Amino acid sequence: MSLTHEIEDLALLPLDAWHRARGGRMVPFAGHAMPVQYEGIIAEHVWTREQAGLFDVSHMGQLVVSSADGDQSAAQAALEALLPADLSTLALGGQRYSLLLNAAGGILDDLMITRWTGGFFLVVNGATRAADIAHIAAHLPAGVTLTVRDDHGLLALQGPRAAEVLATIGLEPALPQIVPVERLWFMSAGPYRWHGADLHVSRSGYSGEDGYEIAVPVAAIAAFAEALAMHPAVRPIGLGARDSLRLEAGLPLYGHDLTPDIDPVEAGLGFAIAKRRRVEGGFPGHDRIAAALASGPARRRVGLALAGRLAAREGATVLADGAPVGTVTSGGFSPSLGHPIAMALIDAAHAVPGTELTIDVRGRALAARVVPMPFIPHRYHRKGVA
Amino acid sequence: MPRYFTRDHEWIDVDGASARVGITAFAQSQLGDITFVEVPAVGAVLVRGDSAAVIDSVKAASDVYAPVGGTVTAINAALEDAPDLVNSASESDGWLWDMDLADPGEVDDLLDAEAYAELVAAL
Repeated sequence: MSLTHEIEDLALLPLDAWHRARGGRMVPFAGHAMPVQYEGIIAEHVWTREQAGLFDVSHMGQLVVSSADGDQSAAQAALEALLPADLSTLALGGQRYSLLLNAAGGILDDLMITRWTGGFFLVVNGATRAADIAHIAAHLPAGVTLTVRDDHGLLALQGPRAAEVLATIGLEPALPQIVPVERLWFMSAGPYRWHGADLHVSRSGYSGEDGYEIAVPVAAIAAFAEALAMHPAVRPIGLGARDSLRLEAGLPLYGHDLTPDIDPVEAGLGFAIAKRRRVEGGFPGHDRIAAALASGPARRRVGLALAGRLAAREGATVLADGAPVGTVTSGGFSPSLGHPIAMALIDAAHAVPGTELTIDVRGRALAARVVPMPFIPHRYHRKGVA
Repeated sequence: MPRYFTRDHEWIDVDGASARVGITAFAQSQLGDITFVEVPAVGAVLVRGDSAAVIDSVKAASDVYAPVGGTVTAINAALEDAPDLVNSASESDGWLWDMDLADPGEVDDLLDAEAYAELVAAL
């Protein structure tokens, strides 16, 4: 059988030795050697849905965009020229999902943006990190500064026991008005201290579960990861389960479900185009996106539930009555559901939930049905929800 | 009954002019959790090196190649309900198919256990 063994010049994560010591199988991903699994993808997936999974996402880019003015209005204006978010309504410590767009409205990357006292904190994808930095830097006016936080790693703690775990390891709010981590709401963030290290903690993630993402200085990250991993509810989780968890959660993966050839409306990310920005524009691709919002997109990103056990992967053709109507953008076996699932970009006429389609996988026609996403309900700790 | 191996991580137990084929413990460890196994049809005629089976894991779909040419005489029906047998018992109960050999001389090109162990150690 065919097993690939890729050898490349790979960057090492700050926790490289820590992963290897725990049995992590390292593979190339986004230019880094990263753990794809420890004990096994299905076991790690199930553990995260039931307990708390620790993910190393230090390959992602951590950027700060700031300006010398006290209220960061110059930085805000510079970022609104690149993103369709309404940053005027983003409170201190508030976090949003947003998109870097090109002039045609295509998606250059998806990212998280948080308002800090001293600027805006952005977390971007690892594979697009260098291109994002170049893109943002090229578009910033004088007086607005981009800083890359290369001296920080990023960990995600995800799962129903994440809050309980994070509350026990001695994190202290760095400012009087900052609440304890277990009282942060979904998509909010703040500065914390842990054993002398300055951390940034946000209640967010990409698994569909409650959880946190924690930016940690490289010098402290091994001790911090170990403090989390000592908790009996915590196990390290690799990229394999990260992918199956986000797929079940209906969350798109950049480079697969999102590309420069796909606009936010087609991708089902219309919520990321803020109301004020829809009217006022002023971000790349506004014309095309406004038209797609008004008339409806020609294609849509949909969820597909497959019959049988054979998975459909990225690139497989989706057919309706034998005629091609789209392409699978990511897919795999769903450990929670016990059958394969997929995301696909298909003609809008066939995107209604309940539509029966087939997927061509190596000459076999697999039966698939359009289903709403997420495949598994989100369990975020939302404000106003018990 | 001698067991041989291929450079592509299949094993084959040869008994005169017939044989049983599977994938090695190393191969299953690299694939991770196996969710589906597509075996060849009984009666299928395989040429050495043909893609004869597909193993789908949570990571990817991988082809299994015919170590030698011949005709499929039986398949492991247990894999339909328990594909994870290839994880838990890849070199015994997780076998894939039985076949009659077209040319027993092709066996001479396979690796013995020692040569295969050296190959895996070098990866």
